[in-house]
Amino acid sequence: MTDTTSVFEKTPEAEFGDFVALLKPRVMSLVVFTALTGLLVAPVPVHPLVAFTSILFIALGGGASGALNMWWDADIDRIMRRTRNRPIPAGKVTEGEALGFGLALSGISVVMLGLAANMFAGAFLAFTIFFYVVVYTMWLKRSTPQNIVIGGAAGAFPPMIGWAVATGGVSLESVLMFMLIFMWTPPHFWALALFMKSDYADADVPMLTVTHGRKATRTHILVYTLLLAPFALALAATSIGGPIYLAASLVLNGLFIAGALRIWRRDEAAAEADSYRAEKRFFGFSLSYLFLHFVALLAEAGLAQFGWGGW
Amino acid sequence: MAFQEQHELHKRRFGRNLWLGVVLAAFVALVFGLTIVKVGGDRPDAAPDQAPAATEASQ
Repeated sequence: MTDTTSVFEKTPEAEFGDFVALLKPRVMSLVVFTALTGLLVAPVPVHPLVAFTSILFIALGGGASGALNMWWDADIDRIMRRTRNRPIPAGKVTEGEALGFGLALSGISVVMLGLAANMFAGAFLAFTIFFYVVVYTMWLKRSTPQNIVIGGAAGAFPPMIGWAVATGGVSLESVLMFMLIFMWTPPHFWALALFMKSDYADADVPMLTVTHGRKATRTHILVYTLLLAPFALALAATSIGGPIYLAASLVLNGLFIAGALRIWRRDEAAAEADSYRAEKRFFGFSLSYLFLHFVALLAEAGLAQFGWGGW
Repeated sequence: MAFQEQHELHKRRFGRNLWLGVVLAAFVALVFGLTIVKVGGDRPDAAPDQAPAATEASQ
């Protein structure tokens, strides 16, 4: 009995919550919100239960790719401070369990989305999981400093999938929602990399801060923030935009560019002096930036029900 | 023979199985609901007046 007990204690059986943690619940909340927005602003009405099921399985598909990402990246997650408490490095879930869980959940999500909504949406979800796990995690993350740019595409697909659930296809509006998240991701993560100093270098992940230096990263943040603005504003001119979205987008992009300029003008000495205050504020604001853009789109769609909103 | 005192592991395992049961029950309910929506729904191609005609034609 004693022997058996000690074996169990060495390899503790995972709890339900550990499997939930494998799904990266915080990333999932962003997926749910953007996919739901894509679905709700689309011009085709969707039955509430179909909408609920679709969002649920888009979220689970996103979670499954998170689990597969944690399976592949377990070696570097053990090194980085930020990721050391994830279920695999913490010893709560084995790598094999994470792989099986991720694969099974990917299959279930894709099939269920295909059946609940339409085959195009299901195929799109399958492509997104493939893109995040194979193209980003396995291939590009450790081989190019543009990893964040490519990885951002995976995070930018959910509103397009939501749109596809309703319409069964792709259109200018959904492509622009994709571009909004796609162009937003690099400045968001590079600001994080600026103040999470040594983590990525320790793990040998070629983050821009490691390969091209911190000055170049500051310039990249500014350039991407400037390139992001036209895409964000262009959405205002489409069928899902309107005056509320335009006003919100003008203010948010103005503030975002101002923050990026502040980061660009600083050098490391100044940043060290106030322990990366501008970088941390920019990172914090970037979350509101994205959230409020989608809230504005929802507001336009909501008001359209009463004959307001839109142009 | 009396059973041994429950190990902490058994409690954890019970918790996990309970949650798994809840998830599976929710999944069954969801598929049932979806079936109702898909089969009995207001699809334009399944108007009630067309359905009997199609049945007659097939007989």
